[in-house]
Amino acid sequence: MPHRFSHMLGIEPLTAEQITFILDQSKPLQEIQRHPLKKLATLRGKSAALAFFEPSTRTRISFATAAARLGADTMNLQAEVSSLRKGESLLDTVRTLDAMKPDCLVMRHSSSGAPHFVAERIGIPVINAGDGTHEHPTQALLDALTIRDRRGTLAGLNVTILGDVLHSRVARSNIHLLGKFGCKFTLSGPAMWLPRELECLAPQGSSIRRVPRMEEALEGADVVLVLRVQQERHHEAALALDEYVLLYQLTPERLRRAQPDALVLHPGPMLRGLEIDPAVADGPQSCVLEQVTNGLAVRMALLLMLMLGTPTDASDVMKGAGHAAD
Amino acid sequence: MLLIKNGRVMDPARGMDAQLDVLLEGESISKVEAGLDAQGAEVFEASGLIVAPGFIDLHCHLREPGGESSETIESGTRAAVRGGFTAVCAMPNTRPVNDNVSVTRAIVERAEAAGMARVWPIGAASKESKGEAIAEIAAMQKAGIVAVSDDGRPIANAKLLRQVMEYCRSLGLVVIDHCEDASLAAGAVMREGPRSVRLGHAGIPAAAESIAVARDLQIVELTGCRFHVAHLSAKNSLELVREAKRAGMPVSCEVTPHHFTLTDEDVGYDTHYKMNPPLASREDREALLAGLADGTVDAIATDHAPHEPALKEVEFDRAPFGITGFETALALALEQLVHTGRITLMRLVELFTMGPARVLGMERGVTVRHPADLTIFSTEQEWTFRAVESASKSRNTPFDGRSFRGAPMATIVGGRMVWKR
Repeated sequence: MPHRFSHMLGIEPLTAEQITFILDQSKPLQEIQRHPLKKLATLRGKSAALAFFEPSTRTRISFATAAARLGADTMNLQAEVSSLRKGESLLDTVRTLDAMKPDCLVMRHSSSGAPHFVAERIGIPVINAGDGTHEHPTQALLDALTIRDRRGTLAGLNVTILGDVLHSRVARSNIHLLGKFGCKFTLSGPAMWLPRELECLAPQGSSIRRVPRMEEALEGADVVLVLRVQQERHHEAALALDEYVLLYQLTPERLRRAQPDALVLHPGPMLRGLEIDPAVADGPQSCVLEQVTNGLAVRMALLLMLMLGTPTDASDVMKGAGHAAD
Repeated sequence: MLLIKNGRVMDPARGMDAQLDVLLEGESISKVEAGLDAQGAEVFEASGLIVAPGFIDLHCHLREPGGESSETIESGTRAAVRGGFTAVCAMPNTRPVNDNVSVTRAIVERAEAAGMARVWPIGAASKESKGEAIAEIAAMQKAGIVAVSDDGRPIANAKLLRQVMEYCRSLGLVVIDHCEDASLAAGAVMREGPRSVRLGHAGIPAAAESIAVARDLQIVELTGCRFHVAHLSAKNSLELVREAKRAGMPVSCEVTPHHFTLTDEDVGYDTHYKMNPPLASREDREALLAGLADGTVDAIATDHAPHEPALKEVEFDRAPFGITGFETALALALEQLVHTGRITLMRLVELFTMGPARVLGMERGVTVRHPADLTIFSTEQEWTFRAVESASKSRNTPFDGRSFRGAPMATIVGGRMVWKR
């Protein structure tokens, strides 16, 4: 039974069934990434507005590439060069974009809830490409696709998340997503970024415990999600980087406490030698590059679902793959 | 002459609760008796309605001078009388700040010209509310200020606050503080808790308020100055005030209708739920309700904080704090406090009249020779609040479309009926 989505603002409101549907829709689109001719015509004549109000390279390129491979045009707005710097409000900016008649808006913003605010005020689907410290749904979906491919299932895994969980939208979306499949979470990192309130994020059937000592937090982990260390933050005292490396860097020795086949995920950009040891980043357990490729599949699936306006089976789209390229 | 017939006159200052007629002559109350008749008097039939002393709001922002696109003294006081308020205390965070006689005078003159609610200005404690030098408090007092506060920019410097309190004590003025530790609140947009973590909003811990309350009370102990906690929102702050009162300190506090009605669980990304102090936890709300019932809380104050739509129609973390409050205050108080049986109707009247009057060192009652400021309201009138119909120039309220039982029916200021439903 196909599901219809009017927006993709976050993982929290989705059901496990809807998430499974999106991941299943992404499966055939993984194939096209290996195809010599990677372009479909399914969304030819459609356009996606990409509005990134916060610096981003990889997510923006991933969405632009996903749109291009479906035949859609993109309109790009980057905060650095936009009229926002001249003081225009977010609402005026997106209404201006909307007046150019795109079929969907992909948006990243440093304010939590900014895409929700916009979605209530414009008439096209909005995809949240990361809002403040709230959610990053496409990252969680591509992480889930990666884990499901490697492990065969998402059900009941032990997931350890390392780093500044409080300020991480990636962590929140992953907790919402994997928690709906009964995964159990262990959060570890500097204690000031692991407030007790995080435990309340666990969906029903899931659980969250906070274990500041990293070695203990890694015991028995099936999946290790390493968060990027964000050095720039207003109103927060920074932690000395040496201190971070000393206690929280994911090294091969520490990783040995996890399951032998534990997966290591990182949303990027990755700081080798800071939150992750290069030997782990490049090791056989690392999924970092698969995550990037899967990001294209997941984003293509979402663009299809939201821009076509009618439920479509992604495998039907793939049937035209050979000759649709142009 | 105005004769108010057959109302249920409630005056907490005298413990009066009886069906009486009230005759107003000139700007004062001339008779409060049963079966009054007055030749030539205009008659207002108030049977089934409560006739109370004029409601006083200890805390509002009228935005004039400087913020006239959000509110003017005229529009603000028109909204105030629609809410049953006969006098409102205007916080000094205007542009320029009300830290000198000329601004105070201008506010008083504009209010008189508007002819709606009385405006009792609150003067800044420090020049430009910068927390550096003491403002012209004595001169402003002669021009009409009723209290002193650097609301919204609380004095961080304890020595300066001590000096302000020493000085205000000698002048007989109450010092009002928006109690907030700036470092704990920096950059945050809602109360810290499970909800803020879920929404990804930076959180202000309850301690940001109670730490400041605790410090201020220590300075009250040093100085003996009358001190009032603005928009108290946290359980621990209330407990500190309760203790201080028990110890006989000259301390009072106010609570807003939104803090006793809503909690942080109501917050999402709608900026009409963004105010400072932020909506607190369920536990805090329960404590406030208890404090309203047991007498720890002295007054209900609106913290009416209008912002024009363009300012609120933005990302949550970029929106200014504050919501409008005049026109919904009484109805929310009836809904949350009286209809639920938490407090008596007499206590509600006290929280809007005698309570705030005493904070300012005044006496106000339905008493012969007192100013003829009266609020006539119904506990039963059914109505729906529509922000677009508000007299305020702003629409920033979370209560748009809310249906109520109980409403202001008429507002009399200085013997003149300035508004009637």
